Amino acid sequence: MKIIVLMKQVANKDAILRINKAATWIEEADLTYEVNESDGYALEEALRLKEKLGGEVIVCSMGPTRVKSVIKDALARGADRAIHVVGDELAHIGPFAAATILAEAIKGEQSDLVLTGLQSDDYGFAQTGVILAELLGMPHATIVIEVDASGEQLRVKRELENGWYQWYTMPRPALLTIQSGISQIRYATLKGIMAAKKKEIREVTPASAAPNGGSHQRVTKIYFPEKTKQTQFLGNGDAKAGAVQLAEKLRSEARII
Amino acid sequence: MSNGILVFAEHRAGAFNKITFEAIAAAQQLGTSLKQPVTAVVLNKDAGLAREIAAFNFDKVISAENDKLAEYTPDAYTDAMQHVVRALDPRYVIMPHTYLVRDFAPKLAARFGRSVVSDCLRFAADDGGSVVFSRRIFLGKIDADVVTEDESPVFATFQSGAFRGEQSEKGTGAPVESMAVEIGEVRMHPEPAFQEVKQAVDLSKADVIVAIGRGIKSQEHIALAEQLAAALGGDLAASRPICDAGWLPIDRQIGSSGQTVAPKLYIALGISGAIQHLVGMKNAGTIVAVNKDPEAPIFDIADYGIVGDLFDVIPTLTEEVKKLKG
Ligand SMILES: Cc1cc2nc3c(=O)[nH]c(=O)nc-3n(C[C@H](O)[C@H](O)[C@H](O)COP(=O)(O)OP(=O)(O)OC[C@H]3O[C@@H](n4cnc5c(N)ncnc54)[C@H](O)[C@@H]3O)c2cc1C
Repeated sequence: MKIIVLMKQVANKDAILRINKAATWIEEADLTYEVNESDGYALEEALRLKEKLGGEVIVCSMGPTRVKSVIKDALARGADRAIHVVGDELAHIGPFAAATILAEAIKGEQSDLVLTGLQSDDYGFAQTGVILAELLGMPHATIVIEVDASGEQLRVKRELENGWYQWYTMPRPALLTIQSGISQIRYATLKGIMAAKKKEIREVTPASAAPNGGSHQRVTKIYFPEKTKQTQFLGNGDAKAGAVQLAEKLRSEARII
Repeated sequence: MSNGILVFAEHRAGAFNKITFEAIAAAQQLGTSLKQPVTAVVLNKDAGLAREIAAFNFDKVISAENDKLAEYTPDAYTDAMQHVVRALDPRYVIMPHTYLVRDFAPKLAARFGRSVVSDCLRFAADDGGSVVFSRRIFLGKIDADVVTEDESPVFATFQSGAFRGEQSEKGTGAPVESMAVEIGEVRMHPEPAFQEVKQAVDLSKADVIVAIGRGIKSQEHIALAEQLAAALGGDLAASRPICDAGWLPIDRQIGSSGQTVAPKLYIALGISGAIQHLVGMKNAGTIVAVNKDPEAPIFDIADYGIVGDLFDVIPTLTEEVKKLKG
């Protein structure tokens, strides 16, 4: 089974975000990056399917040179080779443009499965995978929490809201967007890190970052959300003092103790 | 010229879900701002549910019918909606940002060579008819104003809670138009939806919940939160990453894919406050948030907040609570 995993690099979850001068995006100069959470789970699922059924795992990431760290980490965890779609602006294009470029980059691979995370932790569009499936003419399923690829048809368990689930069956090739928590993610071993150095990274440069002209959604301004609730902040920077005050408030105001 | 607003009314198991009424409110308010008529569309095998929603103030209700719409699949829903959108040529297509819509709306938009302005919170329309959508990015930490340069149709989804369902306006009975829609091959086959075997813990009746998030850092530290929960006579719960990591069982997960709770007191320790968590606990009586990041979105819904290290807060709070309880 040949599996392609799409992985995006996003700002580190614990990074303190600052807004740039033009208020069009966050300040990127001193930012640290990591792999998008659900994409890490997509890779893990691909590696497990390969262990069970044999085949090849190809990781594909799009963006500036910095995304190489995501690629190298995926190769160290066990992916066989990689495709890097290179371009500085590619981190900031909308989901339709992203899917169009990715479709072009992976279509020659003729894979049996394409896995992505269910959404990115930065823009959070939750669309690139689904649009890509449409462009590649594949059936898809989103928010997938279990995959059974042992039979002729693919059987996947989807998460619905409020603790409900549903199984879907579909033919291959197919595209699945994977939900965080589908399995426990492995660490890269030293052996894996050494082996990764010899693995192929194919670079692809798309002709244009906006393959079909105009922008479907242009960010005009970003800002911190307006607070809607009056929060009483306690402790004034002293967490222990805050805890003492909180216990008192829970007794006298909220009347819970 | 394209005109009007089309709102997608989602239903499951024979009933509209709550967020459909929020999407209706959003569409009606957009219609008022732009002086454009609002049409609702219901996909189904027959017109039953379409007649029900006609009680709302719409120009008309389209009942898009086909036997293949008896149960949800992305292939059937995309074909059906594409048919309806081509037939009506609306300026805007408004949908709720649900798991179902997330599953087919991007595919639908792709058929029109574009994407969806997804997961919006608000819109602002000016007299010239241009609309700015606001959506939340970085897991709720930042808002972004977005404009689209697309020709019609513009597809947009609104987040749960962005509009209030009660604000959807009733009307005098909108006409229901049946439309037989064409649907091609449906490649995916659903089995009946189900819930996992009965959950061991039911947190919906808890009075006090102490919830931990990724800020707790490691499994060994959970004991700290447990002691606080014990001192308060409450239950322990968690955000998704804690359950994903297997540190607590999934039946202690709060949020859109976990339990929905409304205790008297909810203490969120090291939880950032992503929307998928908030929808599960925002109706708690008193909400306390402890987070070292002053900009964490959880503070937006907290009654009491402590900006600081939870490892400083928890032991002191546990001691103080024990003292006060005597
Ligand atoms: C379809 C879908 C469904 C989902 N369903 C759910 C769901 O049901 N429930 C759910 O919870 N999530 C759900 N999520 C995930 C959700 O989007 C967030 O990723 C998740 O809630 C984040 O969990 P967190 O706040 O614990 O972690 P993070 O977002 O990583 O936040 C950790 C917080 O801890 C703070 N912190 C770190 N160290 C300390 C310290 N020492 N002291 C104090 N504070 C500290 C940080 O400042 C940060 O704010 C879902 C996502 C999707 C896409």
